[in-house]
Amino acid sequence: MLRLQQYKCLGEALRAALEKWPGETCLVEADRERENIRLTYRQFGETALTLAAAMQEAGLVSGTRAAILMTNQSKWLISAYAVLFCGGVLVPLDYKLPAEDQLKLLAHSKAEFSVVEYHLWRAITKAANFGELAVRNILVTEAPAGADLAGAKRWEEFCGARDAVFVPREPKDDVCIVYSSGTGGRPKGCVLTHGNYLEQAAAVAPIFPFWPGARYLSIIPTNHAIDFMGGFIMPFTGGGTVVHLRTLRPEYIREAFTRYAITYMAVVPLILKSLQRGLTEKFGALPPFKRRMLNVLIAVNRAFTKSKPRPGLSRTLLKDIHAAFGGGLRALLVGGAFTEPSTIEFFHDLGIPIYNGYGCTEACTAITLNDQRPFRPDTVGKPVAGMEIRILNPLADGAGEVAVRSKTVMSRYLDDPEMTAETIVDGWLMTGDLGRLDASGQLQLFGRKKNMIVTEEGKNVYPEDIEAAFGGLAVKESCVFAANYLWPARTMTGEQLMLVIHLDPGQEIFPALVEDITQRNRRLANYKRLSGYLVWRRDFPLTASMKIKRGVLAEEIRAAVARDKMAAL
Amino acid sequence: MSTLDQTTEQILTLAAAHFKVPRAALQPDDDFFRKLGINSLQALDLLTRLEQHFRIELPDYELQGVSDFRTLAERIQSRL
Repeated sequence: MLRLQQYKCLGEALRAALEKWPGETCLVEADRERENIRLTYRQFGETALTLAAAMQEAGLVSGTRAAILMTNQSKWLISAYAVLFCGGVLVPLDYKLPAEDQLKLLAHSKAEFSVVEYHLWRAITKAANFGELAVRNILVTEAPAGADLAGAKRWEEFCGARDAVFVPREPKDDVCIVYSSGTGGRPKGCVLTHGNYLEQAAAVAPIFPFWPGARYLSIIPTNHAIDFMGGFIMPFTGGGTVVHLRTLRPEYIREAFTRYAITYMAVVPLILKSLQRGLTEKFGALPPFKRRMLNVLIAVNRAFTKSKPRPGLSRTLLKDIHAAFGGGLRALLVGGAFTEPSTIEFFHDLGIPIYNGYGCTEACTAITLNDQRPFRPDTVGKPVAGMEIRILNPLADGAGEVAVRSKTVMSRYLDDPEMTAETIVDGWLMTGDLGRLDASGQLQLFGRKKNMIVTEEGKNVYPEDIEAAFGGLAVKESCVFAANYLWPARTMTGEQLMLVIHLDPGQEIFPALVEDITQRNRRLANYKRLSGYLVWRRDFPLTASMKIKRGVLAEEIRAAVARDKMAAL
Repeated sequence: MSTLDQTTEQILTLAAAHFKVPRAALQPDDDFFRKLGINSLQALDLLTRLEQHFRIELPDYELQGVSDFRTLAERIQSRL
């Protein structure tokens, strides 16, 4: 690994990596059985700098914002390095969002450049709000010959005539604007600095080091803080290889483990559970004798790995299982959302090096990591180096809001001083999560204090963001809540959203209204959907500017209605 | 070449068999996530099954923003 403390900006650190390991493979891109691309650090640099030169000729200067809207693939990282080389600021956008939302975030970020994959661009040009697009330079990748690009340029043909000039930045300068949510209501653009990323990478590198030959399988979208760190900054500053798959189906992911002898992979709980289900089915299909043998081996492995991992022993005991994971897996990291202890335990018992953690975009990825010494699936581990944790206003059992302080905490929310002031108080980042530090300094999470949910796919959903979808219902007023915010529950999984409707005076709930709610709900992205609704008989408390006082309304509902009064949708 | 209605019908039959539900329970306008109680990964599994049946390659992004059988059929029809 490079000694990251010596660099002032990401561009400088990545440039040093390209010079240090020119002949090593940095990127592999596979699609099903085919391998599309394999690049050495030298080739990567050459491609990126041709792009950087053209970007500079087109006016990309220090601080210019450039959005990236792509699935996980080589051109994501090539484009990102080109922008960083020019001193630009990256705006990684979620490719899974509807095109209308992507356009809103492009406008909010004030990006002047954007690199977009062809199929995403096609959807954007058809969006109702396409006319509002103000990005000057759009580069579209992989456009078929003869395609109408609606004024955009082809990425592949965007080459500069002169050499690109490296533009250095300072640690305090902005480098990324990452939207942690907020497409419908108030966009939360976390502004992260070069210093944030360098600090975070330096803190995590001793636990998960990269070296030439170490391979990271990139599954979580690269716009997500976890993959940007684990699938770009970390492997590159260690001379490792990033493997991209264009098809993220479980069978191709399984195949990639063995084909590329993967060293590290980060997943969200949803994928981990899918892997668990696949293995459980396989075990279930074993003949009784083999099944019993396997259970004995698992029990032996469990007994010997309680205090610390013993990879050699686990690989010997449970050879076939480890072979299916490629044989060289050093860590399977799970994050993005809370993982149930039983799932973590399942993999740990098999000797698969599973590491859970806890973090958020606002803190530049990881806050805690579980180092398995000892194995504690009921916690999310200890704070990473440089991270201070405080539990605010703890209850009798020690649980309170988790606040963190570190050099990795973002500088601000973009163009929202009010929300920044609510979130970063006296240098402490308020996470909105409820937790407790136990006697050994491990963090246990219990639930949420804030009105939001996190899905198994690692998606943060804020009720305000989906309220617009229910505007104009035939009711007096309506409001969306996270059910656990209304009725606090000590859980981090199975969270639900619900609609509270206040009917016009004298009115009762009627079938057409329920049908309207159902139809609108269906049109939402599946992770944003409501689970139910609640009929409320009183006026919503409002502020002077006619906004709903959500906290007050929640208290009123909590005092008057039980959770089981929620009607399912 | 089959018509959109035929393609939709084949998708419904394949989905019913794949997720072990009665064919009669599925309608073209059904939200398959909800009706079948599946997540996005399981929906990708269905895409693989459909690829084999129609002998085409369906990139993952063809499923993006799609949640009912009819729209899925339209996406597939345009590639047949």
